Amino acid sequence: MEVILAILIGVLYAAGIYMILRRSLVKLILGIIILGNGANLLIFLLGRVVKGSPPIIPADSDVFQSVYADPVPQALILTAIVISFGLQSFAIILVKRAYKVVKTDDLDEMNAIDKDS
Amino acid sequence: MKTIILRTASTYLLPLLLMFSIFILLRGHYSPGGGFVGGLIASIAFVLHSFARGLDNTKELLKIHPGFLMPIGLALAFLAGVTPVLFFDLPFMTGLWYPDHLPVIGSLGSALFFDLGVYLVVVGVTLTIIFTITESA
Amino acid sequence: MLLAILLGFAFSLFLVFTGKFFKGRISILAAGIPLALFVYFAQFIGRISDGEVITQFHSWIPAFGVNLGFTLDGLSLLFSLMITGIGFLVFVYTSAYLKGHKYLDRFYGYLSMFMAAMLGLVLSDNLISLFVFWELTSISSFFLIGFNNTSRKSRKSALIALAITGIGGLSLLVGSIFLGSVTGTYSIAEMLTMNPEIASNPYYILIVALIFGAAFTKSAQFPFHFWLPGAMKAPTPVSTYLHSATMVKAGIYLLMRLTPVLGDHEFWNTTLIIVGAITMVYSAIHTLFRTDLKGILAYSTISALGILVFLIGQGTVDALTAAAVFIIVHALYKATLFLITGIIDYQAGTRDTTVLRGLRKVLFPVAIAGFLAALSSAGIPPTIGFIGKELTYESTFHFGNMAILLTGLIVITKILLLYAGFVAGIKPFTGTLPERFENTKMPSFLMWLPPVILALGCIVFGIFPGLIEGSLVKPMVSSMGLDGKEIHLKLFHGFNVILLLSVITIALGTVLYFTLKPTKKLEAWVAKFEKFSPQTIISNSWAFFFKFSNGWTNLFQNGYLRNYVATIMVFTIALTGYSLFTTANYAVDFNSFSTVTFYEAATSIVMLVAIGYTVFTRSRLAAVASMGIIGYSICILFVIYSAPDLAMTQFSIDTLTVILFVLVLYKLPKYLKLSDYKMRIRDGVLSLAFGTIITLLILEVLAEPVNKEVSDYYAANAYILAHGKNVVNVILVDFRGSDTMIEISVLAIAAIGVFALLKLRLKKSDQR
Repeated sequence: MEVILAILIGVLYAAGIYMILRRSLVKLILGIIILGNGANLLIFLLGRVVKGSPPIIPADSDVFQSVYADPVPQALILTAIVISFGLQSFAIILVKRAYKVVKTDDLDEMNAIDKDS
Repeated sequence: MKTIILRTASTYLLPLLLMFSIFILLRGHYSPGGGFVGGLIASIAFVLHSFARGLDNTKELLKIHPGFLMPIGLALAFLAGVTPVLFFDLPFMTGLWYPDHLPVIGSLGSALFFDLGVYLVVVGVTLTIIFTITESA
Repeated sequence: MLLAILLGFAFSLFLVFTGKFFKGRISILAAGIPLALFVYFAQFIGRISDGEVITQFHSWIPAFGVNLGFTLDGLSLLFSLMITGIGFLVFVYTSAYLKGHKYLDRFYGYLSMFMAAMLGLVLSDNLISLFVFWELTSISSFFLIGFNNTSRKSRKSALIALAITGIGGLSLLVGSIFLGSVTGTYSIAEMLTMNPEIASNPYYILIVALIFGAAFTKSAQFPFHFWLPGAMKAPTPVSTYLHSATMVKAGIYLLMRLTPVLGDHEFWNTTLIIVGAITMVYSAIHTLFRTDLKGILAYSTISALGILVFLIGQGTVDALTAAAVFIIVHALYKATLFLITGIIDYQAGTRDTTVLRGLRKVLFPVAIAGFLAALSSAGIPPTIGFIGKELTYESTFHFGNMAILLTGLIVITKILLLYAGFVAGIKPFTGTLPERFENTKMPSFLMWLPPVILALGCIVFGIFPGLIEGSLVKPMVSSMGLDGKEIHLKLFHGFNVILLLSVITIALGTVLYFTLKPTKKLEAWVAKFEKFSPQTIISNSWAFFFKFSNGWTNLFQNGYLRNYVATIMVFTIALTGYSLFTTANYAVDFNSFSTVTFYEAATSIVMLVAIGYTVFTRSRLAAVASMGIIGYSICILFVIYSAPDLAMTQFSIDTLTVILFVLVLYKLPKYLKLSDYKMRIRDGVLSLAFGTIITLLILEVLAEPVNKEVSDYYAANAYILAHGKNVVNVILVDFRGSDTMIEISVLAIAAIGVFALLKLRLKKSDQR
């Protein structure tokens, strides 16, 4: 399964980059979100994945008795997910705002506006 | 989106979801859950309510602007961090614990207050963003 | 001594804050500082001439052997006296010259900063602190040249001077570090005994070349000489002080200081003689074609510096004595000539030699000073210039087998310099006074007294050379590691070849002065050759560099986001791919991986389809919806791989993101078909390549063993220390609580940002 996950992450990265390379602002943001998802999965996978044993200490003991999923990447990804929400909403609003001001979502055209002012 | 079913359901869903979110927050130290998830669930509850009943009603229900939850939450989290420094002469963010066990929560400690701060900040941030956008859309 | 140096810096700093209140009244106060320092250094003359060396030591960065060590010996004493003495006169002169100038306080600030830096330079024993002071002189020179900061030419000249001397400074730093690592110390005093070891070191040539790089740029040696004429854009007091008497001599000082350390080697001697000879002859010829008094003086200064380098290159006792005397001679007469040029410019309003005539009638004391300085410059007895010239001829004439050639060159140079001195010191004052100058008035005594004092110095030291023989020249020569006991300065050496050469020099020079009249036409004709000059070559290569870096920057920094991303991707793919394919062993152990269950396979397929749909759909809403599906699929993966917290968070966030998008979406424009087919193919290939690299990288990493030390610590202590059983939550709120704290702050900032962006009302004018 790890191989499939690795391929999935590769596809997420490829899709994200492809979207970022487009000229449309909306696609740019979608690309960033997809890329972020890919990065989260990457961290998750590199911490090695385990099925059916969450990092929660059993109720009847003080320490783990058996194999458990790595909690550190999970904690990292949890914060990353929440932070990326903040980032996304900011980016979305920025796009909206930019569109309102320059009346275009074509990145190249925005560039032209930037140059003559 | 303002169907009768949703509108009726939202009246009951809001308190239910809020209670659920607080439950998730409190059990976070022992089982899956915690401030982040709890805060997000609470926000979803309010967003749902605003979809069904209109933003103004939700705002009226909230009484204060959700933005104020951010400084309150930050202050609470910070207080949980500095209390050991101020009163017990321990390093910043040292966990302090009430000795007895309580139901659901387990041990009561400064970490819970920290998590509560996180919860409030998350609710404040999410609602501020969504409400602001809804208003200007 | 440290105090003496700091005094100048302190005063300069003091002026920055208080200068405005003293406007116009600070002149006398300011001049007091160099005078006090002059007296302070003068009291050491007795002790130094007895052979004593005064040192002072302050620890600065002991770990690197960088200290503030100061040495006062014959060499630094002479320079200190020159810096403070001429400094005093220049300070006094300035008070009248720039009277009422808007930035007078600033000018004094720069000037005293320069003086302090220069003192630090000549007193430093440590090479690194010497470098620091060296750079400070360059910087203060930059400010002083560009003092008329509204003039484009001034700014350009200042920049060129800074660039050239700055490069030299770097060369000095590198050379010093090399020298330091070869000798194991940065103290010049400690290096004195190591000459043979340094000379036999394989890096010797490199070290000397770097030190030469510093000295030649600072002292304006060919082919770096061109910044000095440009630097004449500065107010005249600056030209006098920095660009003839002191700063440009810093290179000379460095060479003299390091003569006992690096000298007495064929490379050292030959290079210095050749460079010095080229410089002195080349720029002496240049003086013939100038009509601007300052231009003439600039080139004759370069020529004089060439003579000094030439003499240091010879390295004999005679030559170094001649150099020591010539430094004094030159400082006296060149400063005088500069100062009187300033007076002429100030009072008559021009520096053009073709029109200046007969000014003795209106500026009599100035004319006397000019006359004496010109005599000294020409080396006519009984001025000290004569002694200097005799010593120079003496040493060159007896210098090995090239003596005839070298003597020929120096005689030619001296003839031309005599011409330059006469044009600058005598020509403006002789002849009939043209009508336009009849109303020229005498300047304030603050202006004409300094050149007169200096000019008197020329003649007094000439008649009584004993005044400087024992007190200054001898200690100076001995501090260069040579025995100075045999030195005797006197005007008349008896009838010999040297005297004959002197007579020839004076005769030919005088003939030249009376036959050649500088004209604008001649100057214009010579200007045609400018395109072959080193200045043009260097400024052309500068222009080329500007053009090149402009083009280079535009190539990469083109302002198009896609191109940035594409460039970064191409490089990442190329570099990562290269190292992946050369070092990886492809030993992916498929047995170590878990088996694929139905749920996992189904989730993966859903996700792949959703990704494809998000990328290729033409509808924005569909794209957002399928992006939500990607998120939920990931959520399911989290559930399968035992991360319940992540699954819950991902689920909530995904929901909120989709809501957010939907709220904003219909305010946004529809997709346009913006990219053509070719572009899409290019981007597709690029992103697929990147995805492949990532996949290969993951497989490669998965084959490596993983270190779980941190996770195990958290897992083992989660309950024992933090009373929590959900390890992820414990990490977030307890072990790494401060990180979470910062994270929620960042979230709050994002929310405030969103709020501000939307609630902020646009002004009408900003709207398009």
